[in-house]
Amino acid sequence: MNLGPHAAFILLSYGAAILILAVLIAWIWLSHRALKRTLAALEERGVTRRSDERRKYR
Amino acid sequence: MALIDLANPSRFLSFVDRVLPWLTGATALAFAVGLNQVYLAPDDYQQGATVKIMFIHVPSAWLAMFGWTVMSVAALGTLVWRHPLADVAAKAAAPIGAAFTLLCLITGSLWGRPMWGTYWVWDARLTSVFVLFLMYLGVIALWRTIEDPSRAARVAAILTLVGAINIPIIKYSVEFWNTLHQPASVMRLDGPTIHASILIPLLVMAAAFTLLFVTLHFAAMRNEILRRRVRTMQLMQAQAAPGS
Repeated sequence: MNLGPHAAFILLSYGAAILILAVLIAWIWLSHRALKRTLAALEERGVTRRSDERRKYR
Repeated sequence: MALIDLANPSRFLSFVDRVLPWLTGATALAFAVGLNQVYLAPDDYQQGATVKIMFIHVPSAWLAMFGWTVMSVAALGTLVWRHPLADVAAKAAAPIGAAFTLLCLITGSLWGRPMWGTYWVWDARLTSVFVLFLMYLGVIALWRTIEDPSRAARVAAILTLVGAINIPIIKYSVEFWNTLHQPASVMRLDGPTIHASILIPLLVMAAAFTLLFVTLHFAAMRNEILRRRVRTMQLMQAQAAPGS
């Protein structure tokens, strides 16, 4: 594929898109993993929300 | 599951867990088809291969405005109906909208240099999109400044609704004022002015970007619900601690 005399601008644009979207996806995915770990640690220590306790006794 | 059931955060979480793999697959498929179409698309008769920047710049611009529109609808949900997921949706959309706005500004500059001879001019379209980016950063900062989520939600909702005035300004800036930016060429009353060989790849890429936005928004909403659960449990733990 010949990108012509402005190839650098085209490649930089697609590079920026990949970088920005990859950072966004990684941030959301890593946050999810960290939150799940924190929740599991809290539950292990016996901390439960009131709504979870109500559900347990239903 | 009825739509009203999704108002319950626990049901929404199980809905997202079921839907997310399908949305991720559909997004990947749409990008595979879209990038193939971009590869096969002919060069523009004036711009040459530089037109390929349009396939990421235009969808980013649409989603930058779509993100704020989603936040504005959610802001109404927070202020008028006090919907439990409305402020979760608004908060989750802000960083995603900001990322697409940043991408729009960067790709626009990189497209402008070879086509206009400059990376940036302070004309109505470029400036109003830059203001949108600053507004996204402002809302994100506001959410981080106020610790109580429900209070932060109300303040952010007001700021979001005030900022919504910028969306029609962005859209019509190229018609109201003299700008270096070209007028609309896809969303026009008399139909698109782009040839089908370039329009179709653009629409496929726009669909792929939109699917990505929806996927990331659902995932970010799930994170926000979990973040609030963690906060509640940490407060309960602190209250139960001896001496508190």
